[in-house]
Amino acid sequence: MGNLFKIALRNLFRYKRRTLLTASLITIGVVFVLVFISVSGSFKNMIIGQITDSMLGHVQVHRRGYVASIDNLPLNLNPPPQAMRKLESVLRDLPEVEAYSPRIKFGGMFSNFTETTNIRLNGVYPEQEFRTVPLLPTRIKTGNRTLKKGEIWIPELLARGMGLKIGDPVVVVATNKDGSVNGKQFVISGILESATGPGGRDGYIHLQDALETLRMPEIEISEMAIRIKNFNKLAAVTQELEERLAQQVTPKGQPVFEVHSWEQLSPFYNIARMIEVMTFFIKLMLIAVVLISIMNVMIMAVYERIREIGTIAAIGTLPGKILSLFVMEGFCLGVIGAAAGNLIGLGIVLILNFAGLKFDFGMQKDLVLAATIAPRELIVTSGIVILVAVIASLQPALKASRMEPIQALRHV
Amino acid sequence: MNLIVAENLSKDYRVAAAKASADLGPPENVVKALRGVSFEIEPASFVSFVGPSGSGKTTLLNLIGCLDKPTRGNLTVAGTDVLKLDRRASAQFRGDHLGFIFQDFNLIPVLTVYENIEYPLIIVKNTAAGERRKRVLAVLEAVGMLAQRDKYPDQISGGQKQRVAVARALVSDPKLVLADEPTANLDSKTAYTIIELMKKMRDERNTTFIFSTHDQKIVGEAEIIYALADGELVDRKVKEGKSNG
Repeated sequence: MGNLFKIALRNLFRYKRRTLLTASLITIGVVFVLVFISVSGSFKNMIIGQITDSMLGHVQVHRRGYVASIDNLPLNLNPPPQAMRKLESVLRDLPEVEAYSPRIKFGGMFSNFTETTNIRLNGVYPEQEFRTVPLLPTRIKTGNRTLKKGEIWIPELLARGMGLKIGDPVVVVATNKDGSVNGKQFVISGILESATGPGGRDGYIHLQDALETLRMPEIEISEMAIRIKNFNKLAAVTQELEERLAQQVTPKGQPVFEVHSWEQLSPFYNIARMIEVMTFFIKLMLIAVVLISIMNVMIMAVYERIREIGTIAAIGTLPGKILSLFVMEGFCLGVIGAAAGNLIGLGIVLILNFAGLKFDFGMQKDLVLAATIAPRELIVTSGIVILVAVIASLQPALKASRMEPIQALRHV
Repeated sequence: MNLIVAENLSKDYRVAAAKASADLGPPENVVKALRGVSFEIEPASFVSFVGPSGSGKTTLLNLIGCLDKPTRGNLTVAGTDVLKLDRRASAQFRGDHLGFIFQDFNLIPVLTVYENIEYPLIIVKNTAAGERRKRVLAVLEAVGMLAQRDKYPDQISGGQKQRVAVARALVSDPKLVLADEPTANLDSKTAYTIIELMKKMRDERNTTFIFSTHDQKIVGEAEIIYALADGELVDRKVKEGKSNG
């Protein structure tokens, strides 16, 4: 094996310029794929992180039918308190759950005593909410990163439109599920940066204040946001949660709860899918580049070395060994291209990070891209290149191994 | 027991005709390269096939070397009916029993002198590293190329290349070495030294050497000379002191 490898390498460096050109082509392809995967993947992960860690959480549980009407924020579709207690018990027992946060979501009138507008509000227990969506406090542009009773965090656009600032008193008026109207006065303690996606322009108050505003005798939460320990296990945890909650049924036998992962709740999931599709096509292009360039080089190598093939066949080299010699050359080309591509690709990613690439996403400005490449991507990309290189060299290698030595020796 | 027994060997080649004829069928002609050639060669012989271009020398060597199959006749080499060997078995047989020396040397350009000689032991015979080294150094010394062992083929002369080719043919200790016009690309002095080297190797190792040539000065060095003309064996000369087998 070592000798085959040595002969293959020497044959490759017999035609230095051609080998260099082919290896460069593969290297450029690998670099392009890696940088694209790194930048697009990091962008995707960053946005997913922003969405899940500052608003949605990884998974949400609602009463069945709530998500279909979520734009209306219906208060009559909150699960009964005893069902919520069961839900909390299930979440406590699930080892994969890191944190969860109950929310009361409602819409109301928002007034600064001179102007009035609409607002969507989340009543939350701040500590639980911050454990579930840890980036929420980082969205506070001005004000405190803590939320106490009697305080309200309002979205930036609302504050700007109504000329509000920290410490200003405001009134929230809301209709509860029985149809009675109630109001409560708050003090603005935080102005939230707007974020793209569902809930990105919502205000926040303490859950006890929400109970008072809506005159709820018992806590009737609208949704339970959940953070899991390992994001890569999202699908499995969602499924397990669904299975455990399926035992909770209404008197009519219908499930009480519905479970949604962030993917089903945020439109960004479609963009994430599109990035994955683009990555797939970029990889396809890399495969085509490697396939064509290596096949071309190996076909030329076989044609140029017909007499040499005749010689080694004449002295008794078995067809399988001749095949291995040429396949090994393709393999070495693939390894050289992949290795150089990995090194240069990693270098470019380092430079990108050093340069601090900034971008805007929706209302979020100057997000700094932290480009990374997972070792898995390096291994997969290199594996694809090497595998395709071997496949591309198979046809010319087969041709070489099937040559009749007498005809090959006669070749001029 | 004879090393080679050839009985009534014939070889026809079909070649494309210059013009197709409606009456004569497909547009191809049959060239009879060998016509019923029979001979026997003993082990440790130093044999030459001579004749003009197109007389069938190379075809005959190719048949003996299991690189081609006769159209008719029987051929036994080293006790094996080589006509029954398939492609893979032929390659195996060549690797086990035969050595080749080519007119154009046919050394592998990316390998050094040492590595060219070592090649059959690695790729064909799978010989262990220690044994390989011992054998390669022995033949390198025997052909007088020890000092050039680390040079590449493009760094040595034609005569030296053919010495390396002789060493490569001998390193796996074959029963028979076939050399097709081994001196055609060499000057007469170098050609003579190569033939002398081959003879010396025969004497030292009891290896049978069969070579083809049309150089009369070189022909004289052979102990048994077969003359070919138009695919037929027309003469056989045996030098004094050799048995007329």
